[in-house]
Amino acid sequence: MSDVKKFMYLNRRAPYGTIYAWESLEVVLIGAAFDQEVSLMFIDDGVYQLVKGSDTSESDMKNFTPTYRTLGDYGVRHMYVDKESLEARGLTTDDLIEVEWEDWETEESVDNIVEAVDAGQIAELLAESDVVFSF
Amino acid sequence: MKLAVQVNEGPYQHQASDSAYHFTKAALEKGHEVFRVFFYHDGVLNGTRLTTPPQDDRNIVNRWVELAEKHDLDLVLCVAAAQRRGIVDDGEAERNGKDATNIAPKFRISGLGQLIEAAIQCDRLVVFGD
Repeated sequence: MSDVKKFMYLNRRAPYGTIYAWESLEVVLIGAAFDQEVSLMFIDDGVYQLVKGSDTSESDMKNFTPTYRTLGDYGVRHMYVDKESLEARGLTTDDLIEVEWEDWETEESVDNIVEAVDAGQIAELLAESDVVFSF
Repeated sequence: MKLAVQVNEGPYQHQASDSAYHFTKAALEKGHEVFRVFFYHDGVLNGTRLTTPPQDDRNIVNRWVELAEKHDLDLVLCVAAAQRRGIVDDGEAERNGKDATNIAPKFRISGLGQLIEAAIQCDRLVVFGD
């Protein structure tokens, strides 16, 4: 098997209108077993996937927002959010969940791996990825 | 080049499967290797042999089957996506107590690990969908 690759999961859709967000999350969870360098990117309506306080109790949908909080434990190192997409929807990073990350071996830790980035940074991050999964 | 192809949409409703087919066929004819075609989301609906399009239309499922027969392509349907959408092979029918199967020949049902493995092994992962 080749060296570790940079995986980027590009999440572009709202969490509950279609199944893409949930099935994307399933790939991330399964993919954790493969020990790649994993980042997630949230753009367009995808930023809604990280909005805190979501309540699906009246829509008969499983609320999977809590699962995003655990992604640090699944080897996800970065969760980038598009600034422009947030602003266009009247959101700021204060509206988003926080996700902790810790390396169990080195005990290195990051309080919150959710980070807002601008279009230029997004272009760079995508360009330097080896694999882009687009959902 | 060694390629992996991902198809995220079902047949007829969306062009993704058509585009993926034409891309895969062209890549193979140019001498590239297609390591695997992985069907995800509604893309798993490309793998039912019960599809019956009008006679004057393309048969998207059979087209994949014929391409796989010619080039020994690995056509993989995601198991979780297939279970949700009622795509069943012998193993799934037995495991889940279903009274029928509908998977097309040359397709197989397997896990998401097959997608990750393909992405790691290949030079490019090419995704078809919206």
